[in-house]
This record gives sequence, C-alpha cells and structure tokens, in this order.
Amino acid sequence: MQRHRILIVEDSPTMRQLLVFALKRLPGALLVEARDGMDGLRKVTSDHFDLALVDINMPVMDGLKLIHLIRDEESLADMPIVVITTEGAEEDRARALALGADEYLTKPVQANKVLAVARSLLKL
Amino acid sequence: MSQREGDLFERASEFLAMFRRGAEFTRELVEENARLRRKLLELETRQSDAAQDPKEWGRLREELVDRIQGLESERQDVLDRVQSLEQENRHFAQRFLEIEEENNHLANLYVASYQLHSTLDLSEVLRIVVEIVINLIGAEVLCVYALDERSGLLAPVAAEGRERASFPSLALGSGLVGASVQRGEILTREAAQGGAEGEPLASIPLRVGERSIGAIALFSLLVQKQKLSALDHELFTLLGGHAATAILAAQLHTQSERKLNTMQGLIELLTR
Repeated sequence: MQRHRILIVEDSPTMRQLLVFALKRLPGALLVEARDGMDGLRKVTSDHFDLALVDINMPVMDGLKLIHLIRDEESLADMPIVVITTEGAEEDRARALALGADEYLTKPVQANKVLAVARSLLKL
Repeated sequence: MSQREGDLFERASEFLAMFRRGAEFTRELVEENARLRRKLLELETRQSDAAQDPKEWGRLREELVDRIQGLESERQDVLDRVQSLEQENRHFAQRFLEIEEENNHLANLYVASYQLHSTLDLSEVLRIVVEIVINLIGAEVLCVYALDERSGLLAPVAAEGRERASFPSLALGSGLVGASVQRGEILTREAAQGGAEGEPLASIPLRVGERSIGAIALFSLLVQKQKLSALDHELFTLLGGHAATAILAAQLHTQSERKLNTMQGLIELLTR
C-alpha cells in the first residue's frame, strides 16, 4: 500500500487530535504532528512529506512565515499546503494563497471537509 | 539438421498451423452462411404463404402482437427495476451523508471530551475549554466565569478575544449569564428575549450534578461563522458537564496538593 506522509502544524492539541482523527481514515496515511511553525519547519526540512496542514496563528513562528519558507525551498516547492485557521477575512485567504498555500479552510472545520481536501490534493 | 534448415522447418510449421486455422474459419463461415440462407428461405416461404393465405397471415400477426406485448411487459419490468434501484441508491446516498455528519459530530465530541479530561492542571483545563470553544464552535470573544458560592458572584477566570479584566464580575441571577447559572440552563440571546446590549450570544452553565460552578459565555462568533448549529448545542451540553467536572477535579487537585505541601512542611518542622 502506498504511504502518504502528512505533516500537521498546529499549536492547539484539540485541533491536532481532531485532524489526526479525520486523516487516519485515509488509507496509508502516516501522520506527523508539529506544535508550532519552527517545529514544523524542522520536520518538513528533515523528512519527506506529501502534504502539510498549517495553522496561521501559532507561537514561535506563524503559519504564513512557515509557508513562505517552505515555498522558498526548491525541494519543497511542489508540496501541497492546506491552511486551517480561525482567520476568515478575504484578505487573509488571499495572502495565504499568494504565499503558495493550495487550500484555505476556516475553523470550525468539519472532519469530512479536511478529508475531502486531503484526498483531492493527494490525488486519491 | 543445420540452423537454417531448423528455422525453415519451424516457419513452415507455423505457416501450416495458420493455414489450418484459416481453413477452419472459412468452413465455419460457409456453415453460417448456409444456416442464414436456410433461415431467409424459411422466412420468405412463410411470408409468401401468408400473403396467399389470410389464416397464416393472421397467425403471423398474432404471434408478432404477442411478442410485442411480451417485450413491452419486459421493458416495463426493467424500467420499474431501474426506478426502484435509483430510489434505493438515493436512499443510500442520503444515509451516507447522515452517517458522515454523525461521524463528524462524534469526532468533535470525542476530541472535546478527551482533551478536557487529559490534565488536572487548572490553568491547562481552562486553556482547553477556551480552545474548544474557539476551534470547535468558532467563537471569537468568550469568557469563562467561576462561581464564588460564598459571595454569589461569577468572576471571569479565562477569556479570549478581549482582556479578561474587561469582563465584569456578575451577580448570580442577573443578566443572561447569571440567569443561566441560576436556572442551570443553556440560554441564548434569542431564547432570553430582548437581552440587553453587551449580553453574550449564549451562556452555558457549568454544572456537576445539581451544583453550578460557573459558566461559559460566548459574546461573538468568528466572521465566517454565521450562526450556532445543532452540533454547537451538543457541544454546549458536553461542555456544561465535562468542562465542569474537569474544572472541579483540577480545583480539588490543586487544593489537595496545597494541603499536602502544608502538611509535609508541618511534619518536616516537627521532626527537625
């Protein structure tokens, strides 16, 4: 079975658990959690991932900075990124997409919505 | 036998096999052709007889009418079956959506409940309550109040979206929050009818059994969240019970730790 490595960068343990709960339903999903942007950057640069789910408001390094750094790295330029955030304003969405995010989901997010977006980006 | 002769022999065998297959195919075609000729002749004879004999013509007509009726009835059966399958399919699709939604609800409730009981640290429990209300319900401004049973005042102990100090203490029974704690009921602004300005959208009393220990007040929702949903009300019910139990357990744990420290200090003093 093909393995899909997914990185969840989220400071809220509640949201991390909910996302793990949702994505565990993907066959072959291998889930890795990061507690903030810096932790996420460390993990994404030291291992291969097929998809990253990134929150925006996080301590140490926010999600927008993380997306910017990921897209600056040539080897990570094609990795799909989904933003999951409380920021629902149109300008926040536009900023994240302009930085290179592939999808923008606002909280509260339903598990099946996350699953559908992940399936689509992983081409399952 | 040389290599060349061997190759020639092999090719000759292949050619012979191909020729045999061709001959077999031709024989089948000739037989099929003969069968079709016979069938055609039979039909032509029957048609010519029918043209000459009105009885034969009538029989032929009846046979055809019966066949048409049979085919029409068969067609109707197939259509009915397709319709019934389509209906069944729609029913399954609807059930699938319902189950998916229920699954989402259960996932949210499970995660909320799991997180609330994951620690005995009071500040951590309060942080988790706030996190659940923001991430799973979509609140922008909220305040968690704790009830001081001696003074009957509800004091803010955690907040999000505004400074905690900006939320005033409330008297039990007054306003939406005070009323919901006193009545032990979840109250929303619509349900409260004509709530004053500055009142929250909803107040969830925190109760352990019959004992009220505080409330969670939601003052505004995130810009993308238009209104409270049925799932939010389920989460309110869960928070009302589980958050209250988690907060009370953490308070008791903190008190018992404090008492233990005092006693240990006392014992150390006495045994020195």
